[in-house]
Amino acid sequence: MASQLNFKELQELAAEILGIDPDQVQMDKSFQRDLAADSLDLVELIAAIEDKYDVELPDSELENMKVIGDLWKFLEQKTAERLEA
Amino acid sequence: MTSNHNGRRVAVTGMGFITPIGNDLETVWSNMIEGVSGVGLITRFDTALFDTKIAAEVKGFNAEEYMDRKTARHIGRYCQFALAASKQALAHANLDPSQMDPDDVGVIVSSGIGGMEEIEKSHTNLIERGPKRISPFTVPMMIADMAAGIVAIHTKAGGPNYAIVSACASSTHGIGEASEIIKRGDAVAMIAGGSEATITPLTMGAFCQIKATSERNDEPEKACRPFDLGRDGFVMGEGSVMFVLEDMDHAKQRGAPILAEIAGYGASADMYHFTAPQPEGKGAMRAMRRALENSGVDPKEVGYVNAHGTSTKLGDVAETKAIKSVFGEHARELAVSSTKSTHGHLLGAAGAIEAAACVLALERGLLPPTINLDDPDPECDLDYVPNKARKADINVAISNSFGFGGHNATVVIKKAPSGANN
Repeated sequence: MASQLNFKELQELAAEILGIDPDQVQMDKSFQRDLAADSLDLVELIAAIEDKYDVELPDSELENMKVIGDLWKFLEQKTAERLEA
Repeated sequence: MTSNHNGRRVAVTGMGFITPIGNDLETVWSNMIEGVSGVGLITRFDTALFDTKIAAEVKGFNAEEYMDRKTARHIGRYCQFALAASKQALAHANLDPSQMDPDDVGVIVSSGIGGMEEIEKSHTNLIERGPKRISPFTVPMMIADMAAGIVAIHTKAGGPNYAIVSACASSTHGIGEASEIIKRGDAVAMIAGGSEATITPLTMGAFCQIKATSERNDEPEKACRPFDLGRDGFVMGEGSVMFVLEDMDHAKQRGAPILAEIAGYGASADMYHFTAPQPEGKGAMRAMRRALENSGVDPKEVGYVNAHGTSTKLGDVAETKAIKSVFGEHARELAVSSTKSTHGHLLGAAGAIEAAACVLALERGLLPPTINLDDPDPECDLDYVPNKARKADINVAISNSFGFGGHNATVVIKKAPSGANN
């Protein structure tokens, strides 16, 4: 199920792109406020996530994501949908 | 063009270096004087299909020694070099723009090309993975003015800020124009110089196609041989050299080290051909003359010319003719050398490393040699300080730079005024 997702991998991916330590990437952290991600960072992060998780992350979805946890929930949902299909 | 606005003079108070012959001042100078070549086989990409397999690469550069990881990741290689060299130069000058009025310190970082490697990578992504996989940092990484912006952001220098692009003359124009900004009172100090990072497949391949680069792949350290009959083209280099230029009175008042004086500069166009120099060096001649006039320097006072000397037949001969024309009999008495023989051709940063060679030659009483000058071209018959450095107590040096497009620029550098550092 969704547990096939590995949060550590997401931490490492986001940390690489945002130039921070993986430990800073936590569920309750805001992309912009806590992780200092600007709009260019987010474009790069979206591309990397789409590639890694084979998902499409439309701008409309991203607008609703305020913290890492929101992104994680989205990925869990997509993984679950795929397993059910 | 008048140079002595309000009698202001311009001091060199700091220099920083990320170059193929070292990433700090003393290493660069030692290698330049000892004639240690920075040229080797290209390691940055696979050269199997390329006629030229050699270049003068920057070695041992770790951007994160000078900036945080995120900045290093999001700026182009040429911007990384420029920021690192600028921080060195400010430390050398003991100048902190964040403690000054932001209008007082400006930045000019010249680059011939800009973020070439980043353009190539993004284009590869476009072709292989589509437009949605182009890096969002492509535009800021590729534009040739970004290094000046990055240096301002990270040093808090808020004065005049831009890049000058004139191919291989870029940083000589940059240093010259930065001096003029100080002379006209628009800044107290300028962080000025050049940066380039073009050892990339597209750039090297394009220069190979016009047979401009040396193919002496089996003897890289002997490949750059200005004024020598055995030359077969220039050797691509990369890196950044940045200066702190400062109003002389301001520098004296704060007790800054005064390394030399930028006395003036001159610029001209060849009006001849987009890549070849005017064969008699007429454009170069006019730039040198104008520079000397603007500096109030008699040609006989000049003891050393750091030549553009790229190690191409047309360029070396045209520059030699130009020097003879400007200096007359004195051309036989002054020394000329091309330090490109050791550090390669840094394109838009070439003028900056070569102006630095002049500053150090004046300060230390030593002329850096032209290495690999074993069999002089009979048409190049001046004193090129062949192969070995030489002691010489000189008061004035000039540095020439000429770029594709027919851009010529010469900067005149004087020894620091006596008593300046007491």
